[in-house]
Amino acid sequence: MSDVADRVKKIVVEHLGVEEGKVVENASFIDDLGADSLDTVELVMAFEEEFGIEIPDDAAETIQTFGDAVKFISDAA
Amino acid sequence: MRRVVVTGLGLVTPLATGVEETWTRLLAGQSGADKIKQFDTSRVITDYACEVKHGDGSDGTFNPDDWCDAKERRKIDNFILFGLAAAQQAVHDAGWMPEDEEDRLRTGVMIGSGIGGLRSIEETTLMMAEKGPRRVSPFFIPGALINLISGQVSIRYGFKGPNHAVVTACSTGAHAIGDATRLIKYGDADVMVAGGAEAAICEIGIAGFNACKALSTKRSDDPRAASRPYDADRDGFVMGEGAGVVVLEEYEHAKARGAKIYAEVAGYGLSGDAYHITAPSEDGDGGFRSMMAAVKDAGVEPGDIDYINAHGTSTMADVIELAAVERLLGNAAATATMSSTKSMTGHLLGAAGAIEAIFSILAIRDQVAPPTINLDTPATDTPIDLAPNAKREREVNVALSNSFGFGGTNASVIFRKV
Repeated sequence: MSDVADRVKKIVVEHLGVEEGKVVENASFIDDLGADSLDTVELVMAFEEEFGIEIPDDAAETIQTFGDAVKFISDAA
Repeated sequence: MRRVVVTGLGLVTPLATGVEETWTRLLAGQSGADKIKQFDTSRVITDYACEVKHGDGSDGTFNPDDWCDAKERRKIDNFILFGLAAAQQAVHDAGWMPEDEEDRLRTGVMIGSGIGGLRSIEETTLMMAEKGPRRVSPFFIPGALINLISGQVSIRYGFKGPNHAVVTACSTGAHAIGDATRLIKYGDADVMVAGGAEAAICEIGIAGFNACKALSTKRSDDPRAASRPYDADRDGFVMGEGAGVVVLEEYEHAKARGAKIYAEVAGYGLSGDAYHITAPSEDGDGGFRSMMAAVKDAGVEPGDIDYINAHGTSTMADVIELAAVERLLGNAAATATMSSTKSMTGHLLGAAGAIEAIFSILAIRDQVAPPTINLDTPATDTPIDLAPNAKREREVNVALSNSFGFGGTNASVIFRKV
């Protein structure tokens, strides 16, 4: 697994209080990992902070799963 | 008229977490004051306060994990955490966690705070100045809003009745208990979870009250002696933090389910000073009218009052309240005991009225009046027994609790043995 994926996973585990094993490629933050809409806003902010990038609101809305997040950040970084 | 009784209690105080743990220390005359540990005090004048003692949950310490999981805790200010902890104790003590929808619809929450998430506001503002507004958490607002204790408690237990929150500075806790009682009497609910919480011991909180000249400043070498209501050497209040929550219940409702009944909320009075933003009027008339209204509402005579839990903050205003109580009691002054438990807990601001209501209720349960500690040299002569430095084993059938707040807002609640 890439360095980006590891760092994203760590953030997701910390913020959503879920087991690491559940944070898989297709895991949806809201449907599978128990996040609500405010949690997803905070997650995106944490990604921005960790990777020093800016994720515009319209792009943030497309980040629904762990895999989406890793792909977006890998492309942006 | 529907009668309202108290069937559950919960406390988080600087003395201890838990009702019995706090009460034992209070009757023993212990102080919760110490040097402030939760922020660097090098820039503020007062470096001591009555903080909640954190630990593993044993021996009356506060273990956040016992009350809220870590993931949710990141989203709330400490005043909400303390409120949740006190509410959980009260609800469990009352044995009132209904699964039935109708019961849930008839149960409401009214837990207030004087200031709310002050530390969250301070920290978020500093962070925003450094990193910009895009870094402000989506949980900042719902984690700092005063009514979010009531919101969180309702979500946790499914209480769908009236959901409300009082904000009347240091009268908050008393107003919440009084107003929630009225909601039950009026028929809006059968059960109300009511009280107050505060966690304003942070740099901006201490700096703000220092600027008002409200805090004690002279006892850095001996913080436990700093809160000394009625004493000639008092020099301001000592800030406290924590929460007090009670379960209030319509009397027949409580009887029907065989609930433990601590006391009846017999009377409630409110008034305004219309005088000054921080000082009470010299004649104490606002406090007097508040107490008189409660006495009238309770249908008792002033001379029936056995114990008064004073507002008594360890400021110049102590003697104003004392004179108002003397005026209220008249010839009966010599038979009443009045103490300020703030001498031990410090001043919990919006939670003060709630924890002191609980102390008044426990005074009735155990027939004992807690002491006023650090009362070595009385500032004034009074026929009223102020229980200096020792509890009083005595008859307590009727107890009155006073709370007076900035803005000139006064509340008095009378509890009666059932």
